[in-house]
Amino acid sequence: MALLTCTNLCLGYDGNEIVHDLNFCVSAGDYLCIVGENGSGKSTLMKTILGLLPPMSGSVVTGDGLKQNEIGYLPQQTAIQKDFPASVREIVYSGFQGKNGLRPFYSARQKQIAAENIRKIGIEALTNRCYRELSGGQQQRVLLARALCATEKMLLLDEPAAGLDPKVTAELYRIIDDLNQRYGITVIMISHDIDAAMRYATHILHIGKQVFFGSKQEFENSETGSRFISLTGGDA
Amino acid sequence: METLISRLTASFGMINAWYAMIVGVLIALIAALLGVTLVLKRFSYIGDGLSHVAFGALTVSAVLQMLFHFQLPDDMIIVLPITVIAAILLLRTGQNTKIKGDAAVAMISVGALAIGYLLMNIFKPKSSNVSGDVCSTLFGSVSILTLELKDVIVCGVLTLIILTVFILFYNKIFSITFDEDFAKATGTNAAAYNLLLSVIIAVIIVMAMDLVGSLLISALVIFPALSAMRVCKSFKSVTVCAGITSVCCAFSGMLLAIVAGTPVGSTIVAVDLVVFIIFTLIGIIKKGAKA
Repeated sequence: MALLTCTNLCLGYDGNEIVHDLNFCVSAGDYLCIVGENGSGKSTLMKTILGLLPPMSGSVVTGDGLKQNEIGYLPQQTAIQKDFPASVREIVYSGFQGKNGLRPFYSARQKQIAAENIRKIGIEALTNRCYRELSGGQQQRVLLARALCATEKMLLLDEPAAGLDPKVTAELYRIIDDLNQRYGITVIMISHDIDAAMRYATHILHIGKQVFFGSKQEFENSETGSRFISLTGGDA
Repeated sequence: METLISRLTASFGMINAWYAMIVGVLIALIAALLGVTLVLKRFSYIGDGLSHVAFGALTVSAVLQMLFHFQLPDDMIIVLPITVIAAILLLRTGQNTKIKGDAAVAMISVGALAIGYLLMNIFKPKSSNVSGDVCSTLFGSVSILTLELKDVIVCGVLTLIILTVFILFYNKIFSITFDEDFAKATGTNAAAYNLLLSVIIAVIIVMAMDLVGSLLISALVIFPALSAMRVCKSFKSVTVCAGITSVCCAFSGMLLAIVAGTPVGSTIVAVDLVVFIIFTLIGIIKKGAKA
């Protein structure tokens, strides 16, 4: 049983279909990159996986003990967050919020796990800092630590490198790869960066006019893949 | 100097001045706590909008009572539900809303104000002094100095309830304020907590209308939060600092108003404004010291 299975999925909103009849599955330990042109429905797909948008038809099924609200999510930053007065610790703790139901405060166990996640991401030194005073890369790492608190199995990353410089981007990819390799966390990443996708991913999902799902090698050898790589690979 | 002190002692010889003090401080406290969330969610102007709705609802209530010759025990029976509904509609942030945030607040605010004033002019309920009534509703009536023990108790109980709810749901309020999508995706019932926030805010604003009037409620909601954000680094410290600042400003503002004989609402806001400027300067100096 796969962690996540999408069958005959049609996506869109306000009655406009963007993605038609999508089929793919993600198994434990996979590193899936979702690529495609702007407007091809990557973000819509992600919101559907997270349960924020209902699919127009078809189904998203989680399995292997994964519940839909146990997917750790790294969203793109919103304008509100840029000047938000919160400490790094407060933000990382808030990753547990969904699991707490009506319980008002975080448990000692949760605080301990949060500390471990902070260590895994390598931001111990930032714990007491104010979020709005951090650099873009540091902020992404804080949100990554928060996402880890929400999941033990699967991370969903929405353009994690958007707006970061190459050096910081490489560091962030290394951390994500580390989480995948060392801690066995399944990663689903939406990315523009085909080079990174080809370097780290085990599977590729290309959506748009041509839909492709398969392992990285299959993608490289496919017609869709080779065209996409030659089109976008140069500038990344 | 002697006259000042005698005026103070004379005021505080009156039990009503004490009532006004207590109610004012309590409202300032809860308005500031919720204000932090509202400012961060980009709903700073909701206090203004909702208080205009409450004003409109008040005139509707007065006109209805006059037209159909009945007497409600309290106008709140009509005003509170209408304000709560308006708050829910405004804070329902889903992508489906066709008119977004600031425009929706502005529309409801101006619309309700106009309708209220129009109704007052057409029907001229009870008192015929329309402009006087409007003025006292907008800028705060003197009714805060004529409060009875009953009002103080109601206000105290409400404050206690709101404070308890706020502390119990503090972490959830933080989550949905910082990142609503993440909260929803990881299983937090964001819609329910938004609803809870709307109801609390509506209750606070209806309560606060008597104190500072509809036009100045926004100040009670936003000034302490903005001041605290100049100097504090975490959500918790901002919230605590906003609460303390607001209580101090309300207290000293009312003292000043009694001593100087100025209108209570605008004096409190003037104190809030001064504190904001001081905090801003402290923030700049702190930043400069670090760099």
